[in-house]
Amino acid sequence: MKADNLELPTEIMELQMGPSHPATHGTIKFNLKLEGEKVRECDVEVGFLHRGFDKSCEQATWTQVIPYTDRLNYASSLINNVGYALAVEKLIGAETPPRCQYIRVIISELARLFDHLTCCGMAASELGAITVGFYMIEARELITRIIENLTGARLTVTYVRIGGVKHDLPHDFAAQVSSAFTTIRKLLDDCERMLSRNRIFLDRMSNIGVISAETALNYSLTGPILRASGVDYDVRKAFPYLVYDKMDFEVPVGSRGDNYDRFLCRMREIEQSMKIVDQALQQLPVGPVWIDDPRIVLPEKEKVYGSIEGLMHHFKIIMEGILVPAGETYFAVEGGNGELGFYIVSDGGGKPYRLRVRPPCFIAMGAFAEMITGYMVADIIPTFGMINMIGGECDR
Amino acid sequence: MPETSSQLTHIQEKLGASVIASIQAQGDDVVVLERKELRESFRRLKDELGFDLLSDITAVDYWQKKEPRFEVVYQIVCRAKRSRLRLRVPVPEDDPTVDSLTPLWRGANFLEREVWDLYGIRFTDHPDLRRILLYDEFQGHPLRKDYPVNLCQPRVPERHVDGTFVDERSHNKLLRLQKSLGAKR
Repeated sequence: MKADNLELPTEIMELQMGPSHPATHGTIKFNLKLEGEKVRECDVEVGFLHRGFDKSCEQATWTQVIPYTDRLNYASSLINNVGYALAVEKLIGAETPPRCQYIRVIISELARLFDHLTCCGMAASELGAITVGFYMIEARELITRIIENLTGARLTVTYVRIGGVKHDLPHDFAAQVSSAFTTIRKLLDDCERMLSRNRIFLDRMSNIGVISAETALNYSLTGPILRASGVDYDVRKAFPYLVYDKMDFEVPVGSRGDNYDRFLCRMREIEQSMKIVDQALQQLPVGPVWIDDPRIVLPEKEKVYGSIEGLMHHFKIIMEGILVPAGETYFAVEGGNGELGFYIVSDGGGKPYRLRVRPPCFIAMGAFAEMITGYMVADIIPTFGMINMIGGECDR
Repeated sequence: MPETSSQLTHIQEKLGASVIASIQAQGDDVVVLERKELRESFRRLKDELGFDLLSDITAVDYWQKKEPRFEVVYQIVCRAKRSRLRLRVPVPEDDPTVDSLTPLWRGANFLEREVWDLYGIRFTDHPDLRRILLYDEFQGHPLRKDYPVNLCQPRVPERHVDGTFVDERSHNKLLRLQKSLGAKR
């Protein structure tokens, strides 16, 4: 609710919220100017988690960058892996086999589920609906187990490689996914029942942090935040990559551009993601998961240990890195929070000359002041929660 | 030279003399733009050619590789035609300034602040050009190629903020710290 008619005379108070505020899950600081409880001005200070991602990538080989990309948006590290690998493959001009593409779609959607469940669950629990928070974390845990079974790690997965994925899906993958999805659908139904007519939740979410379609576009917003404002821009539909054009799914679009619409968009996207995973698992073709190109792919271990050519081949790729032809390219995938783009420049060597990530939540934080000005201090929490800022990606 | 797409020819006609080159590589349309009257070029791209979404702004440092040294890179999207365009704007080392796009796209605010922070390229008419990822006392611009990767920055004393509540004990600690660092405030 906008606090327009304040009657008591007040003076402007400056308040610094953060950097480690218990209700903002992320290290970020808001320098607020308050009039009573109303936010007059908000200056967002980011960068507390800056660790020089770009500069570190310039020191590493193309393959060594993959673990760094895990640590960008650690709630959807698989999407970061996929986006980076696709960008490098675009510059090389390589196309992965169909099975690999399907696997990449499946893992991207699993990561999106993970990301949205984290965001929605945390946002609900910050508004007091802690049961919903735990239910969604339970649902997320099921996804985490699938990811752990597939990659061996829960968050920092490093599963995708340039030219393929680390290994094929485990034999019981489809069964695991279907049993997990049954439980997740049930849990989400429960969450929906707990929230959709919950007075506290609705009052604190609807008509808060409203941003119109034009303003959202003007602020370069993407992902669920832009779609909640009524703009149907989704990279998976606008610039289809991998096998998304063969999938039947909808892009949920909101109308009011408030926090509740952002929440609903994410909840609907969870359903769509599960639909995509089901379809992809049904259509999954048999075949190799690696591209057939010895310049990119490491040789089999038998060859490495059994022949001098194999050993040298292995050594060259590990020590020099994959040689990516000189040039520059940009490739964007739909990340959990919006368009996740990789702009890479190569000078023909084994290391990136320049690697830039377009971080969706950094750009969303640029619009935060616009979203929150005129609302109450307490509205910062749900609005910030719905941006789903992940420090690793925002600050790099 | 690869053949240019119809989009590129169209853009070249619209932007006229400010286009230095237009390239098509890996399926991407790239236009190298003059930095003179940059905002006017972008206004045309936005209003007349329908590129309504500014996707990204970044820079590349071609130190000792290319003249002029820097290139500011813009990624824009035309949602209606589902096309992307990349614009590269060469910026010389001795005068690293370009027009700010914040009057056109407010989303450019944070992106340009980041380029200033990490590359030291100034954006004229930017409303609030401060460092964003690093702190104000940081010296240099770390993504420049001549910035050594293992360079250590000096420790800086805690910043004094006027009008805030000061806890005596921590304040004394701060004074001791300032003394030990030899700060002149």
